[in-house]
Amino acid sequence: MSELSQPTIVFAEIDPLKYAGPAWSPYLVGVLIGVLSMVTFYFSNKPLGASTAYARIAGIIGLLLAPKHTRSLKYFKDNPPKVGWELMLVIAVVAGSFLAAWSGGEITGQYLPAMWQERFGSDSYVLRTLVAFAGGLLMASGARMAGGCTSGHGISGTLQLAVGSWLSAICFFVGGVVVAKMMYAL
Amino acid sequence: MSTTNDHSNSGASTEARPQVASEGSLLQGLVFGMIFGFLLQKGGVAKYHVLMGQLLLVDFTVVKVMLSAVVTGALGIHLMHKAGLVELHIKPTRYASNLIGGLLFGIGFALSAYCPGTGAAALGQGNYDAIAMMVGMIAGSYLFAELSGWISRNIDPIGDRGKITLHDYLPAHRTVTVAGFAALLCGVLIAIEVLPVR
Repeated sequence: MSELSQPTIVFAEIDPLKYAGPAWSPYLVGVLIGVLSMVTFYFSNKPLGASTAYARIAGIIGLLLAPKHTRSLKYFKDNPPKVGWELMLVIAVVAGSFLAAWSGGEITGQYLPAMWQERFGSDSYVLRTLVAFAGGLLMASGARMAGGCTSGHGISGTLQLAVGSWLSAICFFVGGVVVAKMMYAL
Repeated sequence: MSTTNDHSNSGASTEARPQVASEGSLLQGLVFGMIFGFLLQKGGVAKYHVLMGQLLLVDFTVVKVMLSAVVTGALGIHLMHKAGLVELHIKPTRYASNLIGGLLFGIGFALSAYCPGTGAAALGQGNYDAIAMMVGMIAGSYLFAELSGWISRNIDPIGDRGKITLHDYLPAHRTVTVAGFAALLCGVLIAIEVLPVR
Protein backbone atom coordinates (compact mmCIF):
# COMPACT_ATOMS: atom_id res chain seq x y z
CA MET A 1 0.00 0.00 0.00
CA SER A 2 2.92 2.30 0.47
CA GLU A 3 3.84 1.89 -3.20
CA LEU A 4 1.24 4.47 -4.18
CA SER A 5 2.93 7.26 -2.25
CA GLN A 6 6.37 6.62 -3.72
CA PRO A 7 6.16 8.19 -7.21
CA THR A 8 5.08 11.60 -5.93
CA ILE A 9 8.42 12.25 -4.20
CA VAL A 10 10.70 10.63 -6.73
CA PHE A 11 12.18 13.91 -7.99
CA ALA A 12 13.31 14.83 -4.50
CA GLU A 13 16.04 12.27 -4.98
CA ILE A 14 17.77 14.08 -7.83
CA ASP A 15 21.41 14.17 -6.79
CA PRO A 16 23.67 16.75 -8.49
CA LEU A 17 26.73 14.91 -7.14
CA LYS A 18 26.21 11.90 -9.37
CA TYR A 19 27.32 14.03 -12.35
CA ALA A 20 30.97 14.89 -12.98
CA GLY A 21 32.53 17.61 -10.83
CA PRO A 22 35.25 20.08 -11.84
CA ALA A 23 38.19 18.90 -13.97
CA TRP A 24 40.69 20.88 -11.91
CA SER A 25 40.80 21.62 -8.19
CA PRO A 26 38.38 24.50 -7.48
CA TYR A 27 41.03 25.99 -5.17
CA LEU A 28 43.62 26.05 -7.96
CA VAL A 29 41.09 27.61 -10.35
CA GLY A 30 40.06 30.15 -7.71
CA VAL A 31 43.64 31.20 -7.00
CA LEU A 32 44.30 31.58 -10.74
CA ILE A 33 41.15 33.72 -11.16
CA GLY A 34 42.40 35.82 -8.23
CA VAL A 35 45.73 36.26 -10.04
CA LEU A 36 43.84 37.08 -13.27
CA SER A 37 41.95 39.83 -11.44
CA MET A 38 45.30 41.31 -10.30
CA VAL A 39 46.46 41.17 -13.93
CA THR A 40 43.36 42.98 -15.26
CA PHE A 41 43.65 45.66 -12.54
CA TYR A 42 47.28 46.21 -13.53
CA PHE A 43 47.14 46.02 -17.33
CA SER A 44 43.57 47.13 -18.14
CA ASN A 45 42.75 49.21 -15.04
CA LYS A 46 39.46 47.28 -14.92
CA PRO A 47 37.92 44.70 -12.57
CA LEU A 48 36.68 41.37 -13.97
CA GLY A 49 32.94 41.55 -14.62
CA ALA A 50 30.48 39.94 -17.01
CA SER A 51 27.07 41.60 -16.79
CA THR A 52 28.08 44.93 -18.35
CA ALA A 53 28.74 43.18 -21.69
CA TYR A 54 25.05 42.29 -22.02
CA ALA A 55 24.02 45.89 -21.31
CA ARG A 56 26.45 47.02 -24.02
CA ILE A 57 24.80 44.64 -26.53
CA ALA A 58 21.35 45.87 -25.45
CA GLY A 59 22.48 49.44 -26.03
CA ILE A 60 24.01 48.67 -29.43
CA ILE A 61 20.78 46.96 -30.57
CA GLY A 62 18.81 49.86 -29.11
CA LEU A 63 20.90 52.35 -31.11
CA LEU A 64 20.08 50.43 -34.29
CA LEU A 65 16.33 50.11 -33.67
CA ALA A 66 15.46 53.25 -31.72
CA PRO A 67 18.52 55.51 -31.51
CA LYS A 68 16.76 58.59 -30.14
CA HIS A 69 14.88 56.74 -27.42
CA THR A 70 17.90 54.66 -26.45
CA ARG A 71 20.05 57.76 -26.05
CA SER A 72 17.36 59.36 -23.88
CA LEU A 73 17.52 56.60 -21.22
CA LYS A 74 19.51 57.44 -18.10
CA TYR A 75 21.50 54.21 -18.03
CA PHE A 76 22.70 54.66 -21.61
CA LYS A 77 23.46 58.34 -21.00
CA ASP A 78 25.73 57.31 -18.12
CA ASN A 79 27.04 54.22 -19.93
CA PRO A 80 27.03 54.85 -23.70
CA PRO A 81 26.70 51.69 -25.83
CA LYS A 82 30.18 50.65 -26.77
CA VAL A 83 32.18 47.85 -28.32
CA GLY A 84 34.84 47.67 -25.66
CA TRP A 85 36.86 45.64 -23.18
CA GLU A 86 33.87 44.26 -21.29
CA LEU A 87 32.13 42.94 -24.41
CA MET A 88 35.32 41.38 -25.76
CA LEU A 89 35.87 39.72 -22.39
CA VAL A 90 32.54 37.88 -22.43
CA ILE A 91 32.81 36.88 -26.10
CA ALA A 92 36.25 35.46 -25.36
CA VAL A 93 34.93 33.59 -22.31
CA VAL A 94 32.85 31.48 -24.71
CA ALA A 95 35.97 30.66 -26.74
CA GLY A 96 38.16 30.01 -23.69
CA SER A 97 35.58 27.69 -22.19
CA PHE A 98 35.31 25.84 -25.50
CA LEU A 99 39.07 25.25 -25.50
CA ALA A 100 38.95 24.00 -21.91
CA ALA A 101 36.02 21.65 -22.54
CA TRP A 102 37.50 20.41 -25.82
CA SER A 103 40.91 19.74 -24.30
CA GLY A 104 39.29 17.90 -21.40
CA GLY A 105 36.77 15.92 -23.45
CA GLU A 106 33.87 17.70 -21.73
CA ILE A 107 31.94 19.15 -24.68
CA THR A 108 28.24 18.59 -23.90
CA GLY A 109 26.55 19.70 -27.14
CA GLN A 110 23.00 19.54 -25.80
CA TYR A 111 20.17 21.97 -25.14
CA LEU A 112 18.76 20.34 -22.01
CA PRO A 113 21.25 19.68 -19.19
CA ALA A 114 21.03 16.11 -17.81
CA MET A 115 19.97 17.22 -14.34
CA TRP A 116 17.23 19.45 -15.80
CA GLN A 117 15.94 16.50 -17.90
CA GLU A 118 15.80 14.32 -14.83
CA ARG A 119 13.51 16.82 -13.13
CA PHE A 120 11.47 18.35 -15.98
CA GLY A 121 11.56 15.69 -18.69
CA SER A 122 13.62 15.05 -21.82
CA ASP A 123 11.21 16.98 -24.08
CA SER A 124 10.93 20.15 -21.97
CA TYR A 125 12.52 22.43 -24.57
CA VAL A 126 9.89 25.16 -24.39
CA LEU A 127 9.86 25.18 -20.58
CA ARG A 128 13.68 25.35 -20.41
CA THR A 129 13.77 28.16 -22.96
CA LEU A 130 11.18 30.20 -21.05
CA VAL A 131 12.78 29.56 -17.64
CA ALA A 132 16.32 30.34 -18.86
CA PHE A 133 15.08 33.51 -20.63
CA ALA A 134 13.19 34.64 -17.52
CA GLY A 135 16.31 33.90 -15.47
CA GLY A 136 18.40 36.09 -17.76
CA LEU A 137 15.82 38.87 -17.65
CA LEU A 138 15.77 38.89 -13.85
CA MET A 139 19.57 38.57 -13.54
CA ALA A 140 20.22 41.51 -15.85
CA SER A 141 17.67 43.72 -14.06
CA GLY A 142 19.05 42.68 -10.68
CA ALA A 143 22.69 43.02 -11.67
CA ARG A 144 22.18 46.52 -13.09
CA MET A 145 20.21 47.60 -10.02
CA ALA A 146 22.73 46.11 -7.57
CA GLY A 147 25.65 47.35 -9.68
CA GLY A 148 27.22 44.04 -10.68
CA CYS A 149 26.94 40.26 -10.97
CA THR A 150 28.64 37.19 -9.52
CA SER A 151 31.91 38.36 -11.10
CA GLY A 152 31.71 42.14 -10.67
CA HIS A 153 30.35 42.13 -7.11
CA GLY A 154 30.92 38.48 -6.11
CA ILE A 155 34.65 38.41 -6.89
CA SER A 156 35.98 41.85 -7.92
CA GLY A 157 33.94 43.84 -5.39
CA THR A 158 34.23 41.50 -2.42
CA LEU A 159 38.02 41.22 -2.80
CA GLN A 160 38.20 45.00 -2.34
CA LEU A 161 36.11 44.53 0.82
CA ALA A 162 33.34 46.76 -0.57
CA VAL A 163 30.30 46.66 1.72
CA GLY A 164 27.71 46.84 -1.09
CA SER A 165 29.44 44.01 -2.94
CA TRP A 166 29.27 41.70 0.07
CA LEU A 167 25.62 42.58 0.65
CA SER A 168 24.79 41.98 -3.04
CA ALA A 169 26.73 38.70 -3.23
CA ILE A 170 24.97 37.35 -0.14
CA CYS A 171 21.60 38.35 -1.63
CA PHE A 172 22.51 36.55 -4.90
CA PHE A 173 22.86 33.31 -2.97
CA VAL A 174 19.90 33.85 -0.63
CA GLY A 175 17.55 34.43 -3.58
CA GLY A 176 19.17 31.62 -5.54
CA VAL A 177 19.00 29.01 -2.78
CA VAL A 178 15.32 29.70 -2.05
CA VAL A 179 14.25 29.39 -5.70
CA ALA A 180 16.55 26.40 -6.41
CA LYS A 181 15.03 24.55 -3.45
CA MET A 182 11.55 25.34 -4.79
CA MET A 183 12.53 23.99 -8.22
CA TYR A 184 14.23 20.80 -7.08
CA ALA A 185 13.59 19.98 -3.46
CA LEU A 186 9.93 20.72 -2.79
CA MET B 1 43.27 54.60 -20.11
CA SER B 2 43.20 53.32 -23.68
CA THR B 3 39.50 53.87 -24.23
CA THR B 4 39.45 57.39 -25.65
CA ASN B 5 40.20 56.43 -29.26
CA ASP B 6 36.55 56.53 -30.27
CA HIS B 7 35.07 56.90 -33.71
CA SER B 8 32.29 59.23 -32.65
CA ASN B 9 32.27 61.89 -30.01
CA SER B 10 29.24 63.09 -28.08
CA GLY B 11 28.60 65.84 -30.62
CA ALA B 12 27.39 63.37 -33.24
CA SER B 13 24.22 62.69 -31.33
CA THR B 14 22.13 61.49 -34.25
CA GLU B 15 24.56 58.74 -35.14
CA ALA B 16 23.36 55.19 -34.49
CA ARG B 17 26.82 53.72 -34.25
CA PRO B 18 28.19 52.62 -30.89
CA GLN B 19 31.58 53.82 -29.71
CA VAL B 20 34.50 51.49 -30.30
CA ALA B 21 37.39 51.19 -27.87
CA SER B 22 41.03 51.15 -28.97
CA GLU B 23 42.49 47.99 -30.46
CA GLY B 24 44.75 47.55 -27.45
CA SER B 25 41.80 47.60 -25.07
CA LEU B 26 39.81 45.17 -27.24
CA LEU B 27 42.78 42.81 -27.50
CA GLN B 28 43.31 42.83 -23.73
CA GLY B 29 39.63 42.01 -23.22
CA LEU B 30 39.94 39.08 -25.62
CA VAL B 31 43.08 37.65 -24.00
CA PHE B 32 41.84 37.99 -20.42
CA GLY B 33 38.39 36.68 -21.41
CA MET B 34 39.93 33.56 -22.98
CA ILE B 35 41.82 32.85 -19.75
CA PHE B 36 38.75 33.58 -17.61
CA GLY B 37 36.56 31.26 -19.70
CA PHE B 38 39.18 28.52 -19.69
CA LEU B 39 39.44 28.69 -15.91
CA LEU B 40 35.66 28.80 -15.36
CA GLN B 41 35.20 25.62 -17.41
CA LYS B 42 38.10 23.78 -15.74
CA GLY B 43 36.69 24.84 -12.37
CA GLY B 44 33.43 23.06 -13.23
CA VAL B 45 31.33 26.21 -12.85
CA ALA B 46 30.11 26.10 -16.46
CA LYS B 47 28.20 22.92 -15.61
CA TYR B 48 24.48 23.13 -14.91
CA HIS B 49 24.54 20.53 -12.12
CA VAL B 50 27.54 22.14 -10.37
CA LEU B 51 25.85 25.55 -10.29
CA MET B 52 22.47 24.11 -9.31
CA GLY B 53 24.21 21.84 -6.77
CA GLN B 54 25.64 24.96 -5.14
CA LEU B 55 22.22 26.59 -4.87
CA LEU B 56 20.84 23.32 -3.46
CA LEU B 57 23.72 23.45 -0.94
CA VAL B 58 25.17 20.02 -1.76
CA ASP B 59 28.05 21.01 -4.10
CA PHE B 60 30.24 23.86 -2.84
CA THR B 61 32.49 24.07 -5.91
CA VAL B 62 31.21 27.58 -6.76
CA VAL B 63 31.91 28.93 -3.27
CA LYS B 64 35.36 27.28 -3.24
CA VAL B 65 36.29 28.91 -6.55
CA MET B 66 34.90 32.31 -5.52
CA LEU B 67 36.43 32.45 -2.04
CA SER B 68 39.86 31.25 -3.27
CA ALA B 69 39.74 34.00 -5.89
CA VAL B 70 38.70 36.57 -3.29
CA VAL B 71 41.44 35.59 -0.82
CA THR B 72 44.11 35.70 -3.55
CA GLY B 73 42.83 38.89 -5.13
CA ALA B 74 42.25 40.68 -1.80
CA LEU B 75 45.86 40.12 -0.69
CA GLY B 76 47.35 40.71 -4.14
CA ILE B 77 45.40 43.83 -5.05
CA HIS B 78 45.85 45.32 -1.58
CA LEU B 79 49.65 44.93 -1.86
CA MET B 80 49.70 46.23 -5.45
CA HIS B 81 47.58 49.21 -4.41
CA LYS B 82 49.94 49.87 -1.48
CA ALA B 83 52.84 49.82 -3.92
CA GLY B 84 51.02 52.33 -6.14
CA LEU B 85 50.70 49.87 -9.02
CA VAL B 86 46.90 49.75 -9.35
CA GLU B 87 43.83 51.89 -8.72
CA LEU B 88 40.88 50.49 -6.78
CA HIS B 89 37.44 50.17 -8.40
CA ILE B 90 34.93 50.25 -5.55
CA LYS B 91 31.25 50.09 -6.51
CA PRO B 92 28.95 52.28 -4.44
CA THR B 93 27.01 50.81 -1.53
CA ARG B 94 23.27 51.50 -1.83
CA TYR B 95 21.48 49.29 0.65
CA ALA B 96 18.05 49.19 -1.06
CA SER B 97 19.40 48.68 -4.58
CA ASN B 98 22.01 46.12 -3.47
CA LEU B 99 19.37 44.19 -1.52
CA ILE B 100 16.50 44.27 -4.05
CA GLY B 101 18.77 43.91 -7.08
CA GLY B 102 20.72 41.15 -5.35
CA LEU B 103 17.59 39.13 -4.58
CA LEU B 104 16.22 39.62 -8.12
CA PHE B 105 19.56 38.43 -9.48
CA GLY B 106 19.47 35.40 -7.17
CA ILE B 107 16.00 34.38 -8.37
CA GLY B 108 17.16 34.64 -11.98
CA PHE B 109 20.38 32.78 -11.13
CA ALA B 110 18.38 29.78 -9.86
CA LEU B 111 16.03 29.81 -12.86
CA SER B 112 18.80 29.80 -15.45
CA ALA B 113 21.46 28.17 -13.20
CA TYR B 114 24.02 30.16 -15.19
CA CYS B 115 25.17 33.59 -14.09
CA PRO B 116 26.37 36.14 -16.68
CA GLY B 117 29.98 34.90 -16.76
CA THR B 118 29.42 31.19 -16.22
CA GLY B 119 26.58 31.28 -18.80
CA ALA B 120 29.05 32.39 -21.47
CA ALA B 121 31.32 29.55 -20.31
CA ALA B 122 28.38 27.12 -20.38
CA LEU B 123 27.70 28.05 -24.01
CA GLY B 124 31.38 27.50 -24.80
CA GLN B 125 31.28 23.93 -23.50
CA GLY B 126 28.11 23.20 -25.50
CA ASN B 127 25.18 23.96 -23.17
CA TYR B 128 23.02 25.61 -25.81
CA ASP B 129 20.26 26.57 -23.34
CA ALA B 130 22.64 29.32 -22.20
CA ILE B 131 21.66 31.18 -25.39
CA ALA B 132 18.11 31.64 -24.02
CA MET B 133 19.60 33.04 -20.81
CA MET B 134 21.86 35.40 -22.79
CA VAL B 135 18.94 36.73 -24.87
CA GLY B 136 17.09 37.24 -21.58
CA MET B 137 20.10 39.14 -20.20
CA ILE B 138 20.10 41.50 -23.20
CA ALA B 139 16.33 42.06 -22.90
CA GLY B 140 16.64 42.55 -19.14
CA SER B 141 19.43 45.07 -19.57
CA TYR B 142 17.24 47.17 -21.88
CA LEU B 143 14.28 46.80 -19.51
CA PHE B 144 16.46 48.09 -16.68
CA ALA B 145 17.62 51.00 -18.84
CA GLU B 146 13.95 51.90 -19.43
CA LEU B 147 13.46 52.06 -15.65
CA SER B 148 16.88 53.47 -14.79
CA GLY B 149 15.73 57.08 -14.40
CA TRP B 150 13.00 56.13 -11.94
CA ILE B 151 15.23 53.71 -10.02
CA SER B 152 18.02 56.24 -9.68
CA ARG B 153 15.57 58.81 -8.28
CA ASN B 154 13.52 56.54 -6.02
CA ILE B 155 15.52 53.45 -5.02
CA ASP B 156 19.23 54.29 -5.28
CA PRO B 157 19.07 57.12 -2.69
CA ILE B 158 17.69 54.75 0.00
CA GLY B 159 20.65 53.83 2.18
CA ASP B 160 23.16 55.38 -0.24
CA ARG B 161 26.49 55.22 1.59
CA GLY B 162 28.88 55.83 -1.30
CA LYS B 163 32.02 53.81 -1.94
CA ILE B 164 32.44 52.32 1.53
CA THR B 165 34.60 49.33 2.40
CA LEU B 166 35.14 47.33 5.59
CA HIS B 167 38.20 49.54 6.19
CA ASP B 168 35.85 52.41 6.95
CA TYR B 169 34.20 50.44 9.74
CA LEU B 170 37.15 48.64 11.31
CA PRO B 171 39.68 50.63 13.34
CA ALA B 172 42.56 48.31 12.33
CA HIS B 173 45.32 49.11 9.87
CA ARG B 174 44.30 48.31 6.28
CA THR B 175 46.85 45.50 5.91
CA VAL B 176 45.72 43.92 9.19
CA THR B 177 42.08 44.09 8.05
CA VAL B 178 42.85 42.45 4.69
CA ALA B 179 45.01 39.72 6.28
CA GLY B 180 42.42 39.02 8.97
CA PHE B 181 39.69 38.93 6.39
CA ALA B 182 41.65 36.52 4.17
CA ALA B 183 42.26 34.29 7.21
CA LEU B 184 38.54 34.32 8.02
CA LEU B 185 37.64 33.25 4.47
CA CYS B 186 40.27 30.47 4.63
CA GLY B 187 38.56 29.33 7.83
CA VAL B 188 35.25 29.20 5.97
CA LEU B 189 36.84 27.09 3.22
CA ILE B 190 38.29 24.68 5.80
CA ALA B 191 34.86 24.42 7.45
CA ILE B 192 33.31 23.55 4.07
CA GLU B 193 35.89 20.75 3.64
CA VAL B 194 34.68 19.25 6.91
CA LEU B 195 31.04 19.27 5.75
CA PRO B 196 29.70 16.21 3.88
CA VAL B 197 29.42 18.12 0.57
CA ARG B 198 31.42 18.29 -2.66
